[in-house]
Amino acid sequence: MIMNMDSLVFLIISAFTIASALGVVLSRNIIHSALALILTFLGVAMNFFDLGASFLGLVQILVYAGAISVLIIFAIMLVMKPDSAATNPPTPSRDTHFIGGLLAWLVMIGVGMAIGLTRWPAMASEPAEADAVGTLATLLLGNYVVAFEAAAILLLLAAVGAIILAKGDENP
Amino acid sequence: MENLFINIARTLSDWLLQLGLSHFWTDLVLLVVQWTAIILIITLNVIILVWLERKISGFIQQRLGPNRLGPFGCFQTIADTLKLLTKEDIIPSQTDKLIFKTAPMFFIIVSVLLYAVIPMGKDMVVVDLNVGLFYFISVGSLTTIAILMAGWSSNNKWSLLGAMRSVAQMISYEIPLAFSLLGVVMIAGSLNLSAIVAAQSNIWFIVLQPVAFVTYFIAATAELNRGPFDMPEAEQELTAGAYTEYTGMRWALFFLAEYTNLVAVSALAATLFFGGWQGPLLPSWMWIIIKTYLIMLVFMWMKWTFPRIRMDHLMSLSWKVLVPVSLINILVTGVGIEIFKGMGW
Repeated sequence: MIMNMDSLVFLIISAFTIASALGVVLSRNIIHSALALILTFLGVAMNFFDLGASFLGLVQILVYAGAISVLIIFAIMLVMKPDSAATNPPTPSRDTHFIGGLLAWLVMIGVGMAIGLTRWPAMASEPAEADAVGTLATLLLGNYVVAFEAAAILLLLAAVGAIILAKGDENP
Repeated sequence: MENLFINIARTLSDWLLQLGLSHFWTDLVLLVVQWTAIILIITLNVIILVWLERKISGFIQQRLGPNRLGPFGCFQTIADTLKLLTKEDIIPSQTDKLIFKTAPMFFIIVSVLLYAVIPMGKDMVVVDLNVGLFYFISVGSLTTIAILMAGWSSNNKWSLLGAMRSVAQMISYEIPLAFSLLGVVMIAGSLNLSAIVAAQSNIWFIVLQPVAFVTYFIAATAELNRGPFDMPEAEQELTAGAYTEYTGMRWALFFLAEYTNLVAVSALAATLFFGGWQGPLLPSWMWIIIKTYLIMLVFMWMKWTFPRIRMDHLMSLSWKVLVPVSLINILVTGVGIEIFKGMGW
């Protein structure tokens, strides 16, 4: 009974995630797509919770659903035409439909083969500790501190660069 | 008295187990009962809070406030609620109907979800999550989206302006909010709210982290879109900001969610800085209520004392004052912890 319950929960979450991902692609209104993307992020976060990785799930919510999606919506609003349908027109010709479909299938087949051909290692013998945050922190600021700091500097530079680009050169 | 609610929950689960239900279903029923209780408390609490807010604003502005219905006008909010419930639900024709309808629901759901991790008494927490504080911050960040949905779908320039302001403000103030809480986390050594409360059995963190508390308080006021940071719904210039097109119960849901957030943020402040449910004589659940209410009174006092500040001042306050101050606070806290450890404390 309980075993079935686990897979049932997984199925419900996955169905929710896939349905909202389909919403992103199929919605004609581009703002609806962006909001469906938020639901997709929340679905992925729920999957993380289901797997017991609550910290990762919360990062997913905070960074993707809470911040990045807002940026996406802002970007859409900046480039939007007054009529939202005109912002997201259907692809004009049959040829582009065909090429797009073909490319999508190729990517799908590639991903499917990659998944099928990989030899997945069996689960590590000991399950992760309950206090995953501590383990994660020790790894990030211990073994991988150089990579961590490099990523931090990269992000800082990107932010400073964006500000300079947006403000323009003050002393030309 | 101390274990009143815990005993109720235990009696209920024992009774359900006797009826032959499995542990899974018993827990599920108990969870539903807990959430129903939380939602009921929140809804009834808002009735008191709105009355209190109007009375306090009247007191500060040397007016009487509501005084017609009942003693001290205390039935005023109930009458207002009934009015809102029976009002016509107007949905303007040019709105994006789906998003317009879901925005208030999304807002209230997110606000109620915040209560999952707050310890409401000794051993009284719905989910004793290991990363409870982080949960609070990340789920709280979703309220931005609800306001954005409301502002955009209304198809009204005031709504959109209000939503834009609100988003800019909430995203900027999330950073000092999270940073100010890091000092507390560093001292307590845990993100679990029950553990943070337990760490304060000797000394409240307001004594050890006064700077963090001030930063948290200012940032939380901005996160709540409350005065003096209520730019998003500045009624003199934006009518009602993102809520302009909403009427009746849908508008009331936004109102309810805002007060729900106020209670949640105050309860978090009480938990992190004022020892949570710990206190002498009275039962623990009563202490958290008293502390939360005192903090909410300070929020109201601030709102009705200070004038609204300008948008650019608001942003520079966050980026040029609060973020550096909270970063320095983290540094000082870290150094202080090491010094105390070195002294063998």
